[in-house]
Amino acid sequence: MTIDIKKWGVAEIVLVLSILILVVVVAIPVFMIFWNSFVVDGHFNLNDVVKVLGQPDTYEALKNSVIIALGVTFFSTVIGVFFAWLVSRTDLPFKEGMKLLFVVPFMLPSFIGALAWKMLLSPRSGLINKLLMNLLGLEESIFNIYGFWGIIAVETMYLFPFVFIQVSGALERMDPTLEESARISGAGLFTITRKITIPLVMPSILAGALLVALYSLAHFGVPAILGTQVGIYNIPTKIYEKIHQSAGSFMAIRTGTVLASILVVSAGVILYVQNLVLKSGRFQIIAGKSVRPMLLKLRGLRVPLLILSLVYIFVTVILPTGTIFLVGMLKTYGVSITPDHMTLKNFKYILFTWKMTKDAIWNSVYLSLSAAFVTMLAGVMISYVVVKMKVKGKWFLEFLGVLPFSVPGTVIALGVILMWSGKFGVNIYNTAWIIFVAYIARYMAFSLKSNSAALEQVHDSLVEAARACGASHWQAMRSIVLPLIRPGMVAAFFLIFLPALRELTTSVLLYGPTTRTIGVAIYTLNEDGETVYAAALSSIALIIIVIGHLVIRRITRSRLEGAQ
Amino acid sequence: MSHISLVDVTKRFGSVTAVDRLNLEIEKGECFSFLGPSGCGKTTTLRMVAGFEDLDEGEIVIGDRVFSSSYKKHYLPPEKRDFGMVFQAFAVWPHLNVFENVAFPLKIRGLSKAKIIERTRRALDHTGLLKMERSFSNELSGGQLQRIALARAIAINPVVMLLDEPLSNLDPKLREEMRFEIKDLQKKFGFTIIYVTHDQAEAMALSDRMLVMNFGVVQQVDTPMNIYNNPVNQFVFSFIGLSNFIPAEISDGKVYVEGARDAGPLPVAIPGERTDRSRDKKVTLACRPSEIDLHDREGIFGIVKGKVYLGDITDYRISVGSVEVRVQKNRRRAFWSEGETCRLKFNRVLWYDREKESGSALYP
Repeated sequence: MTIDIKKWGVAEIVLVLSILILVVVVAIPVFMIFWNSFVVDGHFNLNDVVKVLGQPDTYEALKNSVIIALGVTFFSTVIGVFFAWLVSRTDLPFKEGMKLLFVVPFMLPSFIGALAWKMLLSPRSGLINKLLMNLLGLEESIFNIYGFWGIIAVETMYLFPFVFIQVSGALERMDPTLEESARISGAGLFTITRKITIPLVMPSILAGALLVALYSLAHFGVPAILGTQVGIYNIPTKIYEKIHQSAGSFMAIRTGTVLASILVVSAGVILYVQNLVLKSGRFQIIAGKSVRPMLLKLRGLRVPLLILSLVYIFVTVILPTGTIFLVGMLKTYGVSITPDHMTLKNFKYILFTWKMTKDAIWNSVYLSLSAAFVTMLAGVMISYVVVKMKVKGKWFLEFLGVLPFSVPGTVIALGVILMWSGKFGVNIYNTAWIIFVAYIARYMAFSLKSNSAALEQVHDSLVEAARACGASHWQAMRSIVLPLIRPGMVAAFFLIFLPALRELTTSVLLYGPTTRTIGVAIYTLNEDGETVYAAALSSIALIIIVIGHLVIRRITRSRLEGAQ
Repeated sequence: MSHISLVDVTKRFGSVTAVDRLNLEIEKGECFSFLGPSGCGKTTTLRMVAGFEDLDEGEIVIGDRVFSSSYKKHYLPPEKRDFGMVFQAFAVWPHLNVFENVAFPLKIRGLSKAKIIERTRRALDHTGLLKMERSFSNELSGGQLQRIALARAIAINPVVMLLDEPLSNLDPKLREEMRFEIKDLQKKFGFTIIYVTHDQAEAMALSDRMLVMNFGVVQQVDTPMNIYNNPVNQFVFSFIGLSNFIPAEISDGKVYVEGARDAGPLPVAIPGERTDRSRDKKVTLACRPSEIDLHDREGIFGIVKGKVYLGDITDYRISVGSVEVRVQKNRRRAFWSEGETCRLKFNRVLWYDREKESGSALYP
């Protein structure tokens, strides 16, 4: 489909508008970060960057980020691959249900999980520690959640679904005759797994592992709650500390931007490698026709492995979630969990009385709704140009379109601070607007991904057929393209709305006195020692998130039924 | 002595019986096809022979060895059966090169390195792949992938070769070429072939004998020629080749096309047993479009409704009363035009019982 209406037709206008959005929302903030790190008084200056990196605390933060990311990636990969194999290649009972349960940690905010684990395993007041000390008559607590192992364990619980989803998807789509022909060649199941199955799903394993590494490297919530208290900072928490404690001094911002640049570069490298891995055309393993794959009969191990899976889900999902709800109902933190210490007053207080929490809930709801809506629409337009239009200068938009994927939340926050605090004549620092702009930048990647996937499904000939029937370009768009990509648009909206609702990493750097979000409120309540209120607010956040996910399921399911 | 024998083989998936009491004997060195529409149970049967599916009932014996038996509660897993097998989607492992793909079954069997190289090379040589032994599957065409799958299957010198719609992912011309290659390989290696396909031409071209299946039940087992010429029922008749089914009635020792008495009686002999007992009986006449002649003096009357000239043949649609008859003629003369009245002479018809549901054959 070629569109060349004179020199400045609709196509060019849409292209320029798309480029403008990405430039203002993502490119300039990222550029500002690099500019701030490498340019001093109008000169390129690498010495200062080296100096910043040589400072013990920044160097330490870098090292910690890498250690945590490596640990989390390793354990997430092992756990994710194991459970993916278990639910798609064995006769484990209740597999369909288990498949859903393993993805649940995905929708739970990891910083709430960290909070729960703090309540369970902190050395002195942790519920499990207290229980064990009483039971065994110990003086010292057994577990200490603060520190590297705690951070790695908690992040793994919430990030392993990246690997699980990738690998179980690959195993299910894989042509079963690839394994069957190995079997008829004489190979046993163990040999097949080692020589055929694992090598074939390796790209998916790597892709999942790299995603985990990317998230962990730039993750704020868990290290903030479980690390800072014992002096362990990673890159995002170090940036947060610098910006907050030194009240925007030049040196603090320099350190922040240098660390942020490192994050952007490493994210870019990770995504580039992932792209290479996924694109390696050697691995076209998708089945032509669906045949049920051979399932390994677990026999005697069937029940033990089911119990193992259930225990894993209990420990990673039910135990922390339950703890949050129970602690949220306590009259004061530290008392034992018994019915006479319980009250629902906490919920009433934060929902209806306390202005700070009421504001936070309201801020999160309207910010995430509006950001989701705007980002979804912008994503449709940009994806349409990239996927469907043939217009000069598109390559520049394609290049810009990759940018949102490699910019972590902390970097976005720093970038918008640099850009929107008066430097370009607009100062929206400390208002809700700066969070709104940051959310658009942060979630643009989701919108682009979902919308361009939907648009790629709409074959050009469908539009051409409409044009041949006499529809104008706009009519074809409205009556053919938009209805067909509506599922992608709805998906994009929820993909943005739900994570934005519980967002912490970006908002924690941007909030002002009246613009706390739910995530920020929970985080600051926890910092201030208001553990019970933090738990109560977390419970409310969890309820909203679960309702949101149920709504999506409802929508996607009714759409499926409608299509049949 | 038969080589492969299947006794009362039955497989159920939930409440569906995919294969129902199948009995079959296949000779050593035979090329035997399973033919039928999709979902008829042919692939399930093959997968039971291969060992990918266990039997619910019955027994599979090859040579003097029991491979699967519901009676003896015995089941040999596929990796212990020493068969060669080729799948529709080729199943060439994309992370291994051509040589490694073909060498895989030999490595599994723990052969010495020299032996592996020798036998892999031989299999590659027989399939014309020697030049590309270092290539990967993404660099090769469909036909080459199929050759790799074949080479991998013959590498171990199997006694039995199982082929599951191996040619249906190839384009028509390549498909014909590969048929010959498979036959050639069979001659060189002497294995028994079980070949699953839904393509009747493929089955007829390759098989010594074949089996036609529908809804999990065997319809007919015979040579391609017998199946084409004497199908036991209407399903087999319609599945192999083109067919006309003409509803007819017998009255006063004469046969008429139903509802078209004025077209005249059909000039065919009524099967012996019909004349006395079954007066006024309804039957179905089946006949191939090529076995009807168009005449101007003999036969029943019809009107030419449509005509398609296809070069080597001309395809007519002729209505006799409300019944449409398809006729294919390869003669240049006697070009009938649309709207003309012509007469039809039936060279060969088969009689099928219309009152019995199965529509089985009533031979003269």
